[in-house]
Amino acid sequence: MRAFVAIIRRDLLIASRIGGAGALPLVFFLMLVTLIPFAIGPDLNLLSRIGPAILWLAAALATLIGLDRLFQADAEDGSLDLILASALPAELAIVAKGFAHWLTTGLPLALCSPLFGLLLALTPQAMMDVAASLLVGTPALTFAGVTGAALTARLRRGGLILSILVTPLMIPALIFGVSAAQAASVGAASFFAPFLVLCAISLLSIVIAAVAGAAALRGP
Amino acid sequence: MTVSYLGYILAAYAAAAAVVGGLILRAVLDHRAQVRELAALEARGVRRRFRRPEDEA
Amino acid sequence: MLTVLANPTRFMALSGRVLPWLAMAAAGLLVAGFALVFLTVPDDYQQGATVRIMYVHVPAAWLSLFLYLIMAMAAVGTLVWRHPVADVAQKAAAPIGAAFTFLCLVTGAIWGKPMWGTWWVWDARLTSELVLLLIYLGIMGLWRAFEEPSAAARAVAVMTLVGLVNLPVIKFSVDWWNTLHQPASVFRLDGPTIHSSMLWPLLIVAAGFSLLALALHLSGMRTEILRRRVRALTLQQARRSEVDLGHIRASGAGL
Repeated sequence: MRAFVAIIRRDLLIASRIGGAGALPLVFFLMLVTLIPFAIGPDLNLLSRIGPAILWLAAALATLIGLDRLFQADAEDGSLDLILASALPAELAIVAKGFAHWLTTGLPLALCSPLFGLLLALTPQAMMDVAASLLVGTPALTFAGVTGAALTARLRRGGLILSILVTPLMIPALIFGVSAAQAASVGAASFFAPFLVLCAISLLSIVIAAVAGAAALRGP
Repeated sequence: MTVSYLGYILAAYAAAAAVVGGLILRAVLDHRAQVRELAALEARGVRRRFRRPEDEA
Repeated sequence: MLTVLANPTRFMALSGRVLPWLAMAAAGLLVAGFALVFLTVPDDYQQGATVRIMYVHVPAAWLSLFLYLIMAMAAVGTLVWRHPVADVAQKAAAPIGAAFTFLCLVTGAIWGKPMWGTWWVWDARLTSELVLLLIYLGIMGLWRAFEEPSAAARAVAVMTLVGLVNLPVIKFSVDWWNTLHQPASVFRLDGPTIHSSMLWPLLIVAAGFSLLALALHLSGMRTEILRRRVRALTLQQARRSEVDLGHIRASGAGL
């Protein structure tokens, strides 16, 4: 358990020294949200209708940023081998790394999404729905990414192939996340059914990332 | 009715022929290329040791 | 059986003998099946003559999944036994599976034009096939990203199994999403009831396509084994010339 916390603390420290601890993903998130009105026009009715979808898409894309360095940097300076050789099971080490990554990307995005919802003319109810769905849904995005990051850890240029591998895995989270987030604005379905499925998908992707990532990192 | 759909049916079967033909062509050409390469290497005097080549990888 | 096949040299000998028969059986079944399709199958009362597109579309859809299953089984072989023939089986299956997935999408689109009036509908089945194609393409890209075949095989094996776990989830999500956005699809490519005069040709054609895919897979595996031999010999040659260079340098230093 101490090793688990130590990995999280170390990654948070590194993130705070280099990336401003979640500030940069947030800026990227804001940029994506800013780009959409330029592409489709400043029609507030349209924006408020597709706002939850925009926020979710932006969150998925922002999660991809920096994933390729998640294990690669550790593989290069040798700390990955130390982590794998330590008493902490590789599965837990991966969960720790993923959790730290989520704390600096997914969590800030979810917490700030109501603010960005203002730009997209979301109603307060829709903002809360978006924030809640992002809060439980971004782990699914992050840990889908962690799986891909573990697979490409020892590649020098793994960024593009990582995104290509990971994006299809994000589809279920995106589908249920958006439909939970849109429950208020579109009124199509109830909030809780997709929300609970989203929770299940998040938990499942944590398990998959832990098992698959460990198998990939322990490789030859 | 049958005639108006003929184009679509032909297109579907043409696509199937193209995909299957492409796969077969690729298999044959790739196989030939590897055989030729192997022959060229052996002609240059590089011989396979008596172990599985995959062990080297 | 598996232990016999586990030796690449023996695999080459055995597969070389099986391959022509497999190819001939596939060709025979396909010719017989399509003869039945064009000579005996009546037009569907609802879909008209376009029902004939089904005889390519359904086998392609089946093979897109079948080859993924082959890939997943080979992936288990790679991860558990770390066997080179399993690596080769994985690698050979990916492009064939991708090609049949693509064929499934193309024939689906061609069938959709007269039926739905548009080339592409975000129908649950077609969308799932599209995602499957993306996964195939990602796996093929991952193969190319690694220089070393055994490292590639291991990473791809993990990705294939992750994909296998995710495919039902994706299918479920897409189905759910589809019912959310369009209440019911008007036509289905495989109707709930299918008359036996239409079913038999379909089974024969599907068997023919399956044997064809197996023959292609076997041939791909053989080529891949040859490719690895070429790679090993090239490396060996490079190493030897390095040693020679070392000798020259050493004797040069002596002078």
